[in-house]
Amino acid sequence: MLQVRDFLEANASRTPGKLALVCGEQRLGYAELDARADRVAHALRDRGVQRGDRVVLWGHNGPELVAGIFGVAKASAVFVVANDTSKAAQVDYLVRDCRAKVLVTTARHAADAAAMLDAPGPLVAALIAGRAGAGPVDQRLGDFDAIAARGAAGRPPRDGIDRDLACLVYTSGSTGQPKGVMCAHHQVAFASASILAYLGMGAEDVVLCALPLSFDYGLYQLLMTCRSGGTLVLERSFAYPAECLERIAAERVTGLPGVPTLWALLLGLDLSHFDLSSVRFLTNTAAALPPHHAQRLQQIFPRARIFAMYGLTETKRTLYLPPEHLASRPGSVGFPIPGTEVWIENDAGERLGANQVGELVVRGGHVMSGYWEAPEATAQRFRPGPLPGEHVCRTGDLFQRDEQGFHFFVGRRDDILKCRGEKVAPREVENVLHELTSVREAVVLGEPDPVLGQAIVAVVVRADPGLDAAAVLRHCKQRLEDFKVPSRVEFVAELPKTSTGKVKRNAIVLPPRRT
Amino acid sequence: MTTDADRRTQLRAFLASNFLLSKEEFPHADDASLLGEGVVDSTGVLELILFLEQTFGLQIEDHEATPRNLDSVLRILAFVDGKLGSAGR
Repeated sequence: MLQVRDFLEANASRTPGKLALVCGEQRLGYAELDARADRVAHALRDRGVQRGDRVVLWGHNGPELVAGIFGVAKASAVFVVANDTSKAAQVDYLVRDCRAKVLVTTARHAADAAAMLDAPGPLVAALIAGRAGAGPVDQRLGDFDAIAARGAAGRPPRDGIDRDLACLVYTSGSTGQPKGVMCAHHQVAFASASILAYLGMGAEDVVLCALPLSFDYGLYQLLMTCRSGGTLVLERSFAYPAECLERIAAERVTGLPGVPTLWALLLGLDLSHFDLSSVRFLTNTAAALPPHHAQRLQQIFPRARIFAMYGLTETKRTLYLPPEHLASRPGSVGFPIPGTEVWIENDAGERLGANQVGELVVRGGHVMSGYWEAPEATAQRFRPGPLPGEHVCRTGDLFQRDEQGFHFFVGRRDDILKCRGEKVAPREVENVLHELTSVREAVVLGEPDPVLGQAIVAVVVRADPGLDAAAVLRHCKQRLEDFKVPSRVEFVAELPKTSTGKVKRNAIVLPPRRT
Repeated sequence: MTTDADRRTQLRAFLASNFLLSKEEFPHADDASLLGEGVVDSTGVLELILFLEQTFGLQIEDHEATPRNLDSVLRILAFVDGKLGSAGR
């Protein structure tokens, strides 16, 4: 029965004065956050947004993005969060792909929003946060801050049900074009309840999130904290670790979600200046937590339970290792999350036993509804389950489990890279490289990197000998999110090919890194 | 001897060439937020610190790496000034 709006509304009724959100200097209680989201919902409805319509939110972590997410949910519409470092062309793709009616963004992207409104397309309006003082430049660009502070108030009508879509979470696919994972309210409610249960999270918890809300791991920190009545300390990024660490002490943070890149940065710091004693749990997902990092984190956070986890957007979270097994089962990501099951099968679809490698398949209420308007991709990933009308998810990831049922990640079946915990499709970066007429051929590879997980390397055959690495990187930065931009560019005379002319990726020998 | 104006020029040139990969002048105002304008990201801050240490002969402690000290050209210059001053130069 629960919808995402209920997470917020229930606690706004129960504990209106309790601190819900800390962003920099701003501190919002549950009732205040709820009221802001109500006003955003009314403004969206005034602009023609109806039940099931999509609204794209393009901005950095902050109170505006949070009020925007819940505002869309309260309008019974579907929120789609775009990474703040996404470029205008990428956001334009999302807007068109999901046929978004409204774009909510920040002053930094206002000119891009205006251009998207000018071009023929689905958008009818945009709301701009942080444009105070700029005046009414363009009637179609609404003033988000004025709306959130002074717009029409009161609970918007409740005309959706829990089978409706709550959000689309776009994820990179091997074809290079991101696909929107359709997440219905009941699936989000199931996944968040299961995760809250194993983390043992409650109203007393204070979670610090430096992960972008465009990333489902970041988004669920918000949803789960609001659902449990706790407090979210939302950081814009982990760019200034010292600031985040000071905030841990100042706000008595109890929960710290991260990805291996964040832990690697943290472990490289002198932590003696910071009081980290309040932290009682750490979570890791998106890429494997190296066992020696787990050990060192345990020394730094002696009171903390450390959860090694695995998941994919298509099922939100899939496996977690109960912390008491961290030391005895290094490298394992444990068991299915509560209320779900998984199995490992071979290419013939037969279930495998212990110590055999096969594809992980997932069943449960957290299996999402498929990809937005992509029936073929959906059919590949989501397969009919044991009961009529049910779907299970093929993860595309190879796993094995031991006799005691502990699961171990073995590898990916596709060529997707993980950089800073985010998925990068080599094809997407290659497509961008091929836009340069001075590039004859380009291949994108990953190489192991102690901080990034995998560093992105572009291997380029030049058509114009004058092309330099800076020009290649400049082009990538203009077209791609930060985490998709190659760490280095290597120029080669030719690429190894098969007899049919296909590039042999595995045969490319990378020159050593220059330091 | 390095003057404040020299430092500003060096810093702006580094920001333009290293983060924007541009041969043009750094396009943002001295008080613009480097994070807010998308000039630096999390790995960028580490590169910025390395540049400041090597160029101006400073030692920047981990706890000093905050937006208060580093998030705009003006803040960086004031921070560098304070560090060099406190080092007795």
